[in-house]
Amino acid sequence: MPIYVFRRLLTAIPTLFVIVTLAFFLIRVAPGGPFNQERGLSPEIKANLEAQFGLDDPIWLQYVHYLNNLLHGNFGPSYNLPDFTVGELFANGLPISIQLGAAALTLALLVGGTLGIVAALNQNKAGDYAVIATATAGSTIPSFVIAPVIQLLFGLTWNLLPIGGWNDGALLNKIGPVLTLSLPQIAIVARLMRGSMIEALRAHHIRTARALGLSRWSVVVKHALRGAVLPIISYAGPAAAALLTGSVIVETIFSIPGVGRYFVDAALNRDYTLVMGTVVVIAVFTIVFNLVVDILYAVVDPRVRYD
Amino acid sequence: MAGQTILSVKDLHVGFDTLDGTVEAVKGISLHVDAGETVAIVGESGSGKSQTMMAAMRLLASNGRASGHVDYRGQNLLELDRSGMDGIRGSKITMIFQEPMTSLDPLYTIGNQLIEPIRRHRKLSHADARKEALRLLELVKIPEPERRLKSYPYEMSGGQRQRVMIAMALANDPDILIADEPTTALDVTVQAQILTLLAELQQTLGMAIVFITHDLGIVRRLADRVYVMRQGEIVEEGATDVLFTAPRHEYTRMLLEAEPTGRKAAPSQSAPVLLEGRNVEVTFKIGGGFLQGQPLLLRAVNHISLALKKGQTIGVVGESGSGKSTLGRALLRLLPSEGVIRFDGRDIAPLDREAMRPLRRELQLVFQDPFGSLSPRMTIGQVITEGLLVHEPSLSYAERDARAVEALREVGLDPAMRNRYAHEFSGGQRQRIAIARAIILKPKIVVLDEPTSALDRSVQKQIVDLLRDLQAAHDLSYLFISHDLAVVRAMADYIVVMKQGRIVEEGPTETIFERPRETYTQELMAAALDQTRFRRSA
Amino acid sequence: MTDAAITATPVQGRSFWGDAWARLKANKAAMVSLCYLALVTVLCVVGPYFVPHLYTTVYPDYVRTPPSISAYPKSDMVETALGDAVKRMRADLKSWEQDGDRITVTVAASKKLDERNIRYLDRSDTFDDARVESVAPDGLEMVMSAAIKQQYFFFGTDNIGRDLLSRTLMAGRISLAIGLLAGVVAVAIGVVYGATAGFIGGKTDEVMMRIVDVLYSLPFIFFVIMLVVFFGRNFVLMFLAVGAVLWLDMARIVRGQALSIRRQEYVQAAEALGVTRRGILQRHIVPNLLGVVVIYMTLLVPQVIILESFLSFLGLGVQEPMTSWGVLISAGAKNIGSANWMLIYPAFFLVSTLFALNFVGDGLRDALDPKDR
Repeated sequence: MPIYVFRRLLTAIPTLFVIVTLAFFLIRVAPGGPFNQERGLSPEIKANLEAQFGLDDPIWLQYVHYLNNLLHGNFGPSYNLPDFTVGELFANGLPISIQLGAAALTLALLVGGTLGIVAALNQNKAGDYAVIATATAGSTIPSFVIAPVIQLLFGLTWNLLPIGGWNDGALLNKIGPVLTLSLPQIAIVARLMRGSMIEALRAHHIRTARALGLSRWSVVVKHALRGAVLPIISYAGPAAAALLTGSVIVETIFSIPGVGRYFVDAALNRDYTLVMGTVVVIAVFTIVFNLVVDILYAVVDPRVRYD
Repeated sequence: MAGQTILSVKDLHVGFDTLDGTVEAVKGISLHVDAGETVAIVGESGSGKSQTMMAAMRLLASNGRASGHVDYRGQNLLELDRSGMDGIRGSKITMIFQEPMTSLDPLYTIGNQLIEPIRRHRKLSHADARKEALRLLELVKIPEPERRLKSYPYEMSGGQRQRVMIAMALANDPDILIADEPTTALDVTVQAQILTLLAELQQTLGMAIVFITHDLGIVRRLADRVYVMRQGEIVEEGATDVLFTAPRHEYTRMLLEAEPTGRKAAPSQSAPVLLEGRNVEVTFKIGGGFLQGQPLLLRAVNHISLALKKGQTIGVVGESGSGKSTLGRALLRLLPSEGVIRFDGRDIAPLDREAMRPLRRELQLVFQDPFGSLSPRMTIGQVITEGLLVHEPSLSYAERDARAVEALREVGLDPAMRNRYAHEFSGGQRQRIAIARAIILKPKIVVLDEPTSALDRSVQKQIVDLLRDLQAAHDLSYLFISHDLAVVRAMADYIVVMKQGRIVEEGPTETIFERPRETYTQELMAAALDQTRFRRSA
Repeated sequence: MTDAAITATPVQGRSFWGDAWARLKANKAAMVSLCYLALVTVLCVVGPYFVPHLYTTVYPDYVRTPPSISAYPKSDMVETALGDAVKRMRADLKSWEQDGDRITVTVAASKKLDERNIRYLDRSDTFDDARVESVAPDGLEMVMSAAIKQQYFFFGTDNIGRDLLSRTLMAGRISLAIGLLAGVVAVAIGVVYGATAGFIGGKTDEVMMRIVDVLYSLPFIFFVIMLVVFFGRNFVLMFLAVGAVLWLDMARIVRGQALSIRRQEYVQAAEALGVTRRGILQRHIVPNLLGVVVIYMTLLVPQVIILESFLSFLGLGVQEPMTSWGVLISAGAKNIGSANWMLIYPAFFLVSTLFALNFVGDGLRDALDPKDR
């Protein structure tokens, strides 16, 4: 297994390389540049700035420079937020986004998983229908509707939560964003869990376990649940990568200083280095969590062997 | 050893709630099981034989309802609460199932799964339970039991898994073992071993066995008493010898006579060879491909030569994985293969798709699964005339329709049904449709790939009769692929026995059946045709 | 032979699609949703012609007016509007009284009043048909009368005074059209790509699917934003492009299906009959794929609508004065404290439409998926 992990990490390098290359040239092909949008910069200042950041070099040279810097852990300066390097921006914002994302993910797995199991055990009864209805609602209503509704109800109408802001991570400030992030995930996890649990409970070996008089706990948890979590694991990997790297919507509506906004802002302002930084961060998270999924798979299912 | 009644079922009804209302699977039956005896419940698919015992074990699907009495030593199991029932299941009454491949939990070791019911019902320490598990594996004759405790189910063969299932079921010395078609999914030689084991275990342990099956051959060799079920009702009950020698109910008689009879005469010596394969070889690549290293090569058909004469039926016999289906498809050039294949004197092996197309009407194929081989989107009229679109494209719609009517008549179906869809027909009817699709082209050769295996015995017989009639009427040559020796004996005049891609033995049907030379053939024959009882009657 | 055909009157069977339709009809949630979707579509397509306001018309007197089923102006608003108009005349409001639909106003000024000042009353969104009744001899006082213009704002107005009902319906037109457009593009590309890969199989299939894998691993939002950057404000082009991104799932699903259909025995049977590749594609692969495609399409349309709303929410989608549900919700979220109806109405339309689409999709899946049979 350690050899497998090592090999997977090695094969991640070319993948990352392809993604970085693709992103680098795609964003450069886009019309405009970091200093020539409606800034009212005089041509001389613009030329100076571009020279300062090496943007007047031929593109292949810029690419080589960028790769070289990246290999040394240097993401470069942000063109639009000149006081910060891209590295600093992530050092500040990423912990915030990770806190919210991790809380939302945990909530989604616990609540969604439990709801799914309860629904599966009560298939076609009232409890099941309640979970299905909730899950349908949760996965249908987009987060940019959920977030303002939470603000409207909890913030304005009942005055229970602040409308937004980070406030150094005060608990009350986190509730709204975490709820918004987790509701759709809870819904999806609950649906997945219900489906895979129903299927698992129909399996022949569950009939065997019941025919042997095993306890209900053993039948449900030991024999059905272990197999039923496999689809949840596959889903949770990419979902974790997405949640932990921040959400534009939630961070905008609740005014959270995370990294979710970086990508959109940076792409629109042609803040090349910040775009690249975001792509690299997202790609690394995705690769790592895909690996985690594969490892968990092997842990749960003895038939999966990596060698 | 026969003793008092330990399980008695009275007026049992089982129904299933479906969208179209409640479907009654078991209609008020009564039966009883005495200590230490072997009772068989026999019936065809849909007779309710399995559901009767599933209801007794309270293992019905969630939409199932059972009412009536299932009394085990004075307790009505249908009224027991969950924990009371769990105390009986696995301890007093246990059950083994048909599907050895899926009946064990794939995620836990054999040891883990064996120890669990032991500890649950007997409150042993883990170490003691492990010793007990080891003893059980020895009891069911699993080689290297110590190592097997740490194995996962996927690492074992079907027969071994079924032995593990039996070990689990017998772990707590039950009164009654319910065996629901425990050998149906197994090859015939493995089947015999498992049944022998069951008979021996019963002799040493003394439990009663309720044997649910469609296979009368097994019943005759194993059971003391038999219940015959049809459409949710028991039509006849009696001691095995009496029932087999003097059946009273006509349905029982029909079942007993359902074994295909008759023999086929060999074609004349001078009959021309129509299809000939020489050194045919088929190799499958497993894995490999893009960046995945060397593929594993599996030789499914290994240097096989055979010649099919006009009017002849060659039976290809073998267990699963012997390569018999692959051979059939290779001879029809539906799979890439090596070697020479001659049809009507012409080497067809080098022909490409286009060049093969005109020959396809002469070389037809009928599949095993009558559910999968008919398109769900087409009417059966469209299904059986599809070949005409290719081979007689000049026909008008009305002419094709007329041919469809003719073909359906010939296979014994009402032509008025030709605008219906496949899902509206039963298995036997569907197989007739598949046969109609083949013969509408007036072929010379039909490869029949297990055409009767998915069907009930009584339907099998009708299909066999139909195939023989068609052969006589159209002077067809058949390549009949089957694992069912009784059917092969009735259909074929020449037999090829295959094992692991090679021909083990071949010869005229009677020679192979009466005087098999090879050990493997002898084992096959013994397993299929032996009529001696697995143990002396109780 | 022919008289055999005549004598045997065929019995009509239930086809796969007939069966599916019967099952769909039995599904109440799906049928109600289907009716609801039809209603919303009709409302959005023809509704704007019947609403007395254009979605672009700005009523400065009616900024952030709450929704009401009774007519505007309310009594207190008449005085405000009157005061505004009189102020523009550089005159003082001396007295006014309301008599049914008309008001009579007396204004006074220190300078001589011009009769043309009446236009200030007409220009107001509140009044209509203004007339000068009498002018005092010294010209410093004037009596005017005007009709009160009855206006209905069932959904209220937005923060520059546009009627929210007409905007919501217009937005629905755009959102539904975009959903359909991008959905069709995605399905078309996905089906062709996936079916090709699945049907040809082998090396071609492997390479084609590896390309899909690579595209998958790029962050989706990256693509979308790049497309926005490239195509700018042309939303038709942009959504063709968005459709071109969303085909990945469809391609995977169709390929998987095509592969599994090819392995079905009825396809092998057709091959054994000598049916051409074209015939197999036509009679077996395509009809069997259709169910999956229909199901996926109904699930894709809401995805696209959400995506469009999401982009509009970020300010990257449809441009003013054109609007979509996402644009309206975005504005609503910003004005949540002062005008919650700006969020509630568009959000209700969006969410209920998404719900209905989901139910129809689920219903279709149940109806078409033979697994449950």
